[in-house]
Amino acid sequence: MPLSSSAIRANLLLLRGGGGLFVSSRLASSAVLSTRPYKLHKLESGPASEAQVTSDEARKYYRDMATVRRMETAAGNLYKEKAIRGFCHLYSGQEACCVGMEAVLDRNDPVITAYRAHGWTYTRGVPVKAVLSELTGRASGCAKGKGGSMHMYNHNFYGGNGIVGAQVPLGAGIAFAQKYREDKRVCVTLYGDGAANQGQVFEAFNMAKLWDLPCIFVCENNKYGMGTAVERAAASTAYYTRGDYIPGLWVDAMDVITVREATRFAKDWCLSGKGPILLEMETYRYHGHSMSDPGTSYRTREEVQSMRQMRDPIASFRQTLLTAELVAEEELKEIDQSVRKEVDEAVQAAKTNAVPDPKELYTNVYSQPPSGQPNYRIRGIDQFTWSAN
Amino acid sequence: YLIPLSSSHYPVNQTTMHRPSLSACQLILRSFGRSGGNIVASRRFASSMNVRDALNSAMREEIERDPNVFLMGEEVAQYEGAYKVSKGLWKLMGDKRVIDTPITEMGFAGLAVGAAMAGLRPICEFMTFNFSMQAIDHVINSAAKTYYMSAGDVKVPIVFRGPNGAAAGVAAQHSQDFASWYSHCPGLKVVSPWNSEDARGLLKAAIRDNDPVVCLENEMMYGVSFEVSPECESKDFLIPIGKAKIEIPGNHISLISYGKFVGLCVEAAAELAKEGIQCEVLNLRTLRPLDEEAIVKSVMKTHHVVTVESCWPQCGMGAEIAARIMESQAFDYLDAPLTRMTGADVPMPYAQALEAAALPQVADIVRVVRRTLNRAAK
Repeated sequence: MPLSSSAIRANLLLLRGGGGLFVSSRLASSAVLSTRPYKLHKLESGPASEAQVTSDEARKYYRDMATVRRMETAAGNLYKEKAIRGFCHLYSGQEACCVGMEAVLDRNDPVITAYRAHGWTYTRGVPVKAVLSELTGRASGCAKGKGGSMHMYNHNFYGGNGIVGAQVPLGAGIAFAQKYREDKRVCVTLYGDGAANQGQVFEAFNMAKLWDLPCIFVCENNKYGMGTAVERAAASTAYYTRGDYIPGLWVDAMDVITVREATRFAKDWCLSGKGPILLEMETYRYHGHSMSDPGTSYRTREEVQSMRQMRDPIASFRQTLLTAELVAEEELKEIDQSVRKEVDEAVQAAKTNAVPDPKELYTNVYSQPPSGQPNYRIRGIDQFTWSAN
Repeated sequence: YLIPLSSSHYPVNQTTMHRPSLSACQLILRSFGRSGGNIVASRRFASSMNVRDALNSAMREEIERDPNVFLMGEEVAQYEGAYKVSKGLWKLMGDKRVIDTPITEMGFAGLAVGAAMAGLRPICEFMTFNFSMQAIDHVINSAAKTYYMSAGDVKVPIVFRGPNGAAAGVAAQHSQDFASWYSHCPGLKVVSPWNSEDARGLLKAAIRDNDPVVCLENEMMYGVSFEVSPECESKDFLIPIGKAKIEIPGNHISLISYGKFVGLCVEAAAELAKEGIQCEVLNLRTLRPLDEEAIVKSVMKTHHVVTVESCWPQCGMGAEIAARIMESQAFDYLDAPLTRMTGADVPMPYAQALEAAALPQVADIVRVVRRTLNRAAK
């Protein structure tokens, strides 16, 4: 990330003892970093071009992105070992989006996304162990093994949705509930470049704008809807303008601070009662659409390699932190090791933890039995097979 | 063997009275707007109410009772409802509680489901259930399945309601009966009221239920009045979901139906009673979960069964009831195979006589009952 020479301001000397940390007397406790340029749609002004980042924040963002990356790599390996079945859509390359947004959101701001959800599931507070166990179908999974890759939830995290675009009206509805209850919160509703052409997305935009819903619509544009490049699917690929009457921002989402400041701008916008706003996060996924897709039939290996080498969000943030002397290289290495340990332990648990009890087949169909049938039983595969009561 | 018809439980001349059941009686009245009608007062009953007012009062009371309940749909607010079911509600409750939506079913059904996930209790009206097909992904994939997929994390306390089935002369795209499609899916509760008591009690129970409930009404019933009991008028009047009701007890044959067709069964029963045939008319009230116990008990008593619906024959409600009877102890009590009377296996035609021939009529039910009981055709 380019830094203007005047942007480096070392405020304090950071001194720490013990713990094996190598301390440089030149480390800053915060720095001002510049954001990458934004593009505006129906907005007079945009997010800040500079932002102050403390070393604590820097470590957290780095750690969270590194965790998501390693978790997704582990998921890919588990899939190849056939420990994960069905669909598995990896988020590798897009880490700056979820981590950058979460830097401004808090746990009271609900989030809803589609099926490329593992990164968000983690930043929404589900531990790596619970994510990977859900993927391997264990009882310790965050949905007890009953949801799988596309159906992970947590407090104020509404999944994890398998039907392309369906989450967008749902998200508008969550924002509607917040406005109804006069909660001062925003709902973040994510969708991809593929979903951006869905009719229901425009229906949601219409109602959100009509009723001034506090909804931040976020298009995670990773350039490909499954195997179809954006130019082949969309008459207009300027996704940040496709909210039409909804103001929009284009964001270079390969930089976590750029994402963070855009989110801060968007949250302020919604909370000041100006209605919805649309963010296009231009990003990239290294893997194919899912584990069934090698991801090389519709794009060149050179393209993927070049993104990894030149625009990787974690590597570039790492470089920025070192250049700004916000975090020492040794600390970053320690973070890497700690993340590796955490993910390795989670993988072990995901491989060895217990599978769900067979009776879980029949649980959670209804939240309460039908009022006229308190002993309601659920039928199994034939008339002799029933849930226990 | 022939059924002894001379030992009827009911006096043959009383065509429309029937014996009291455990809950309050109902005297059935037909008061169609055009023909006006006679309202016969009965000493036992508090008042008369049509199905529209039953639904209207149920919604009004539930919106007043719980601040999280609200109604949304096309024309429900300022137009007072396409069929006037929400008449007066917007004037009383305002914009926050009664909301007009754009004509975007997929969008507003999804929005309503999202609001339910976030803790509100929406009543999402489809102007007719035909239009719910545009939104059916949200009813099934977003609403019905979410509690299960989230292993009990996310509840969806939503009601989808509106007219279902044929009206009069609205032709193929506006006449489908969705009972079978919705009652197919786990995670949903599906109810279908016939009369005013059903409408009030089932809709209130649906609104108070913490799971997604589909409430299939019928436009042709909205204007029909029924006597209702004092209990029915109570603000806490609820009908249990999953319990059928015997509208008319009988010993010779079970007529099993839901919604508007219960009324046709009642009329057929009256006609058949003249010749000493006692029909037991079972009003399912809930389609999912079916009151299998009531169905089995009735068939074990009468040994004969006819189901009546307006779904198409293949994979309709009658098909399900037939399978359940086969699987149950009632199978050994059958003296004749089940007959299912259904919509004809065609898209609904427009011309009046064709439309009439596409749905079971009272005369058809009477004919089928006689046939099942091996009585000569008249």
